[in-house]
Amino acid sequence: MPVEFRTGAWLRPLRGLAVVVSLLVSGVAIAESVPGPNAQSAMPAAEDAALEARVKAFAYNLRCLVCQNETIADSRAPLALDLREQVREQFAAGKSESEVRDFMVSRYGDFVLYSPPLKASTLVLWFGPALLLVAGGAWLAYRLRSRQREQAPQLSDEERERARALLKGSQPNSEESRT
Amino acid sequence: MKAKFLVPLALFVLLAGFLAYGLTLNPREVPSPLVDKPAPAFSLARLDQPDQRLDLEQMRGKVWLLNVWASWCVACRQEHPFLVELSRRDIVPIIGLNYKEVRGDGEIDARGMALDAETALAVQRARGWLQAHGDPYTWSVLDIDGRVGIDYGVYGVPETFLIDRNGVIRYKHIGPIHDAVFRDVLLPKIEELTRAG
Repeated sequence: MPVEFRTGAWLRPLRGLAVVVSLLVSGVAIAESVPGPNAQSAMPAAEDAALEARVKAFAYNLRCLVCQNETIADSRAPLALDLREQVREQFAAGKSESEVRDFMVSRYGDFVLYSPPLKASTLVLWFGPALLLVAGGAWLAYRLRSRQREQAPQLSDEERERARALLKGSQPNSEESRT
Repeated sequence: MKAKFLVPLALFVLLAGFLAYGLTLNPREVPSPLVDKPAPAFSLARLDQPDQRLDLEQMRGKVWLLNVWASWCVACRQEHPFLVELSRRDIVPIIGLNYKEVRGDGEIDARGMALDAETALAVQRARGWLQAHGDPYTWSVLDIDGRVGIDYGVYGVPETFLIDRNGVIRYKHIGPIHDAVFRDVLLPKIEELTRAG
């Protein structure tokens, strides 16, 4: 049984954004839920806007199994509708978010979660990039330091003299002069 | 020092290896967390006698297949002849889970339909389909609203579960079963589970 840690503390700002977005979206949804000839009777009208907002916000964290790059909040696949309905019912029945999350994971696996849990099999996923960054930084530091060492050559007095002469533009040694 | 130029090459080969392996994987096949877990309980109306129910418990003591199907499912039509053939060989009982027969069909607007009417329509459609294509199922049961499907983590049709004598799911196949997958994967497992008795 892999140990799961609470993850995503740094995702919290994003979650806040998701809530704001979902409130906006649910505002539209409420505007649309005025009964009319096209009202969907398969989906109970949103009696409770707060519940609906909670469902939406929560649904943004779940992946649709059918269209795999969409959340079940965005997807129009029938399964996504069914799963949203499940979330709505379970929230209405007083279940907590972690209970509903467990319900989904026990049926569809971790794949259903948009933020993968931290456990033994996902350690590389969570920490691989940071490890690569540290390794790259260490390699760069090593390279820069060794290059610095190479770039500070020790000159003997004679070589220094020769260099000075070269810079002045005269040949110090007759044996190297051109014929 | 001389072999330094090999480093990018080695990295490239490593990356290409990962990518090549990735190409062999099917992202549509999501591994089920239900494998090696007890099959979720259900009690559903039987297609042959809708006033009677089939419980999961009734299958205890048998090694069996649970095949998720619907008359609107195109891939089921492709799979069906094999299932009919398999049922004649009398190797393993097949229970059909008829999944959202009416409301799963994109061409029917089932919104606002009363459950009784929907059930009656489902029975009519499902029976008609089995009459036309053959009935490989010991029993079929009606999952009108797809709730049992959700309990089994069904996200596409067809899907097939292999369930052992103790009611534990031993394998899940996503998509149509065909000869090769039955012979190479399911049959060995069925034989093993039957022997384990």
